[in-house]
Amino acid sequence: MTRPRRWPRRVRSLAGLAVSVPLTFLGLLVVTFVIGRVVPIDPVLAAVGDRAPAEVYDRVRVELGLDRPLHEQFRRYAVQVLHGDFGRSILTANPVLVDIRRVFPATLELATVATLIGVLGGVPLGVAAAVSRGRWSDQVIRVIGLAGYSVPVFWLGLVGLLLFYARLGWVAGPGRLDVGFEDLAPAVTGVILVDAALAGEWEVFANAFRHVILPAAILGYFSLAYISRMTRSFMLAELRQEYVTTARVKGLSERRVVWRHALGNALVPLVTVIALSYANLLEGSVLTETVFAWPGLGQYITSSLLSADMNAVLGGTIVVGAVFIGLNLLSDLLYRLVDPRTR
Amino acid sequence: MRTLATLLLAGLVAATIPGQAPAATPKDTVVMAKQIDDIISMDPAESFEFSGSEAIGNVYERLIGYDLKNVSQLKGELAETWTVGADGRTYTFKMRKGIRFHSGNPVTAQDAAYSLQRAVALNKSPGFILTQFGFTKENMKERIRAVDDQTLVVETAEAVAPTFFYYCLTAVVGGIVDSKTVQAHEKAGDYGNEWLKTNSAGSGPFRLVSWKANEGYTLERVDGYWGPKALPRRVVVRHVPEPATQRLLLEKGDIDYARNLTKDQLDAIKGNASIAVQQAPKGSILYLGLNQKNPNLAKPEVREALKYLVDYTGIEQNILRGQYVVHQAFLPRGFLGALEDTPYKFDLERARALLAKAGLPNGFSVTMDVRNTSPITDIAQAIQASWAKAGIKLELIPGDGKQTLTKYRARNHDIYIGGWGPDYQDPHTNAETFAMNPDNSDGARSKTLAWRNSWDIPEMSKQTAAAVRERDAKKREAMYQQLQREHQKTSPFVIMFQQIEVAAHARGVDGFVMGPSFDNNLYAGIKK
Repeated sequence: MTRPRRWPRRVRSLAGLAVSVPLTFLGLLVVTFVIGRVVPIDPVLAAVGDRAPAEVYDRVRVELGLDRPLHEQFRRYAVQVLHGDFGRSILTANPVLVDIRRVFPATLELATVATLIGVLGGVPLGVAAAVSRGRWSDQVIRVIGLAGYSVPVFWLGLVGLLLFYARLGWVAGPGRLDVGFEDLAPAVTGVILVDAALAGEWEVFANAFRHVILPAAILGYFSLAYISRMTRSFMLAELRQEYVTTARVKGLSERRVVWRHALGNALVPLVTVIALSYANLLEGSVLTETVFAWPGLGQYITSSLLSADMNAVLGGTIVVGAVFIGLNLLSDLLYRLVDPRTR
Repeated sequence: MRTLATLLLAGLVAATIPGQAPAATPKDTVVMAKQIDDIISMDPAESFEFSGSEAIGNVYERLIGYDLKNVSQLKGELAETWTVGADGRTYTFKMRKGIRFHSGNPVTAQDAAYSLQRAVALNKSPGFILTQFGFTKENMKERIRAVDDQTLVVETAEAVAPTFFYYCLTAVVGGIVDSKTVQAHEKAGDYGNEWLKTNSAGSGPFRLVSWKANEGYTLERVDGYWGPKALPRRVVVRHVPEPATQRLLLEKGDIDYARNLTKDQLDAIKGNASIAVQQAPKGSILYLGLNQKNPNLAKPEVREALKYLVDYTGIEQNILRGQYVVHQAFLPRGFLGALEDTPYKFDLERARALLAKAGLPNGFSVTMDVRNTSPITDIAQAIQASWAKAGIKLELIPGDGKQTLTKYRARNHDIYIGGWGPDYQDPHTNAETFAMNPDNSDGARSKTLAWRNSWDIPEMSKQTAAAVRERDAKKREAMYQQLQREHQKTSPFVIMFQQIEVAAHARGVDGFVMGPSFDNNLYAGIKK
């Protein structure tokens, strides 16, 4: 009797994704929708304001579909989304997709620069801490990391603005660009650094960088704290392995042992850590965006939630969900590059 | 990794290159930092928020305006003259000749008629300001009509005080739009509403270049404007939610005006010789609403006692200095009939005596819904402390603005602390909301502030309705003053303060006009 043929691993993996991804989105939408309807905020208020007479209030309530049962409201919304219509934001009067196309690039720009800072600072610090375990340098690095967990981002942002912008003048102020540079680079991606580079507008690029570097450094510091701690932990585990001892005995330089071999293996779990850290930043950091007047996804979702503007909240939730799922997939792909055993 | 590190380093160097010019604002551009996340539309028939009103007030004009220094003096904007017929219902406006919209189209009576009609037909939040005169979608073309290019005739359903009607026309909803341009952008019978949310079709000294929600808006000077040409070529208003950030921007010279500095920031910049502060009274008043459904708060002696337990002067000096002044009547200063009496001061003995008379000598427990925002939380805490001296245990329930408002509108509160701004410059706007409650039932259609606090006042409602019909201005003024005196004694409103709007600006930048309402905050005269 022949054994039943098993589907190839890749096909099984794709089939799993085809089921889990839609289910994940559905779960996200249901939970967010229910929370949005349960919070004690009247969504009609955001649309009509506090002064509207009763007939305007009633009319808009019907227009927004709020007179229908909850499950009917959700069903209508889900069908709309499947047709690519995320509805219209009450607060901005725009289609939610238009709003997200405007705010997400701002968050992407900030999160990407912050993650680069976090990785370029956190990984070497984590390696240095692991290599000098127990010594004063290890303690200093761990304190830096602890501060990153403990200091409120809002406070750090204001102090950073006061010091680096107001007193030292090293960076530009809040916002994405100075007034004089607005609209000089055509908006192709919405990420001003990229658009300026594509258009060859290097003064705009420099100005945009001066604006993004401080909020990105603030957020990057928190990423750095997390990444350095995890790197230290993974490196300590690798440095205890037999292959490291073998490599040293064979006469390889310590630099090669640490950076090529140990870090190379620590990269496998580190990729997941970095991906998660990046995904967290891509949700939008409302406090940083508030301090730095950065018109990103965090502010958008937060102000929508506080006004019960559920189309905008749900649209933002879908984007955040897509980001997490996308980055998870990306980190799976990166595993294959980093770890030949997974190919 | 190495390439990335190099790029980042290059960027860091670029960021700190001294060659990058300091970011002072361009000479021909005024830059303001303001919290403008309340804007939902730039359509005058729809906008009803402070920030939107300010932008629209610089882009659109109305038939009639008023002298900003003396509100009782009406003056023509797009209308040159106006009369009211003997029936008290028929108003005739003669349009100014030779005025053009930003598109170049001439301003005519047809545009005025279309603008008012579309506001009635759309019936968005501010629509009631016009529909309260009996205009409906069915009768608007008959009641609001252009007889010829220069003559507009408007017939209200009933005779009211003419000033009441005129002041309603001065509201943002009375903004006159370019009918040809708007009609060209109509979609599915929306009167161009979707297009006008983010575009403009006005005749004012500025046009709207762009509005990005929660980012900012930009206005550009109209060189062919019929009146005095605006001095700044552009005005950029950026949404900067954090007042501390606004202060830093102003100190660095990256903005010309910071519009939301709190008392702490104003104190901090006092010694800064390069910054000045401009102030102007606004119509918003801060008050406590005492829900009459609460049996303790329903006792007249308790209501009066609570009014004697607020330390008005202490709060004004220590929390609100420069931003609010003590004011205890429902009509703000500057309105016809405004009352400047301040009969209440902190008087613990008197309050205790009143509470004892109410059978509550040891006080009672009560809650107050408080928005999580400055200075509301600070004021609430101060009130909590002073009420405690008379044995009143005040529990503060913090919440987001819309959350507390939702509870207030549902009459589920004990005490609400909040503000109210007038909808137009006529006393009826506040009299109607504070002193009128034609139907106190839960299903009432008219949900004034008096209704929200379950204050059943059939007699006072009649007096308020009579005052809006009084055609003699002097008699009308006296009626409102009498109404306010009675209101101060008996109402469940502890009216405490009137707002002063503050704008901190760079010295050397001048000419920003701050009028009595937000649509009178005018940019055209700002010079640098």
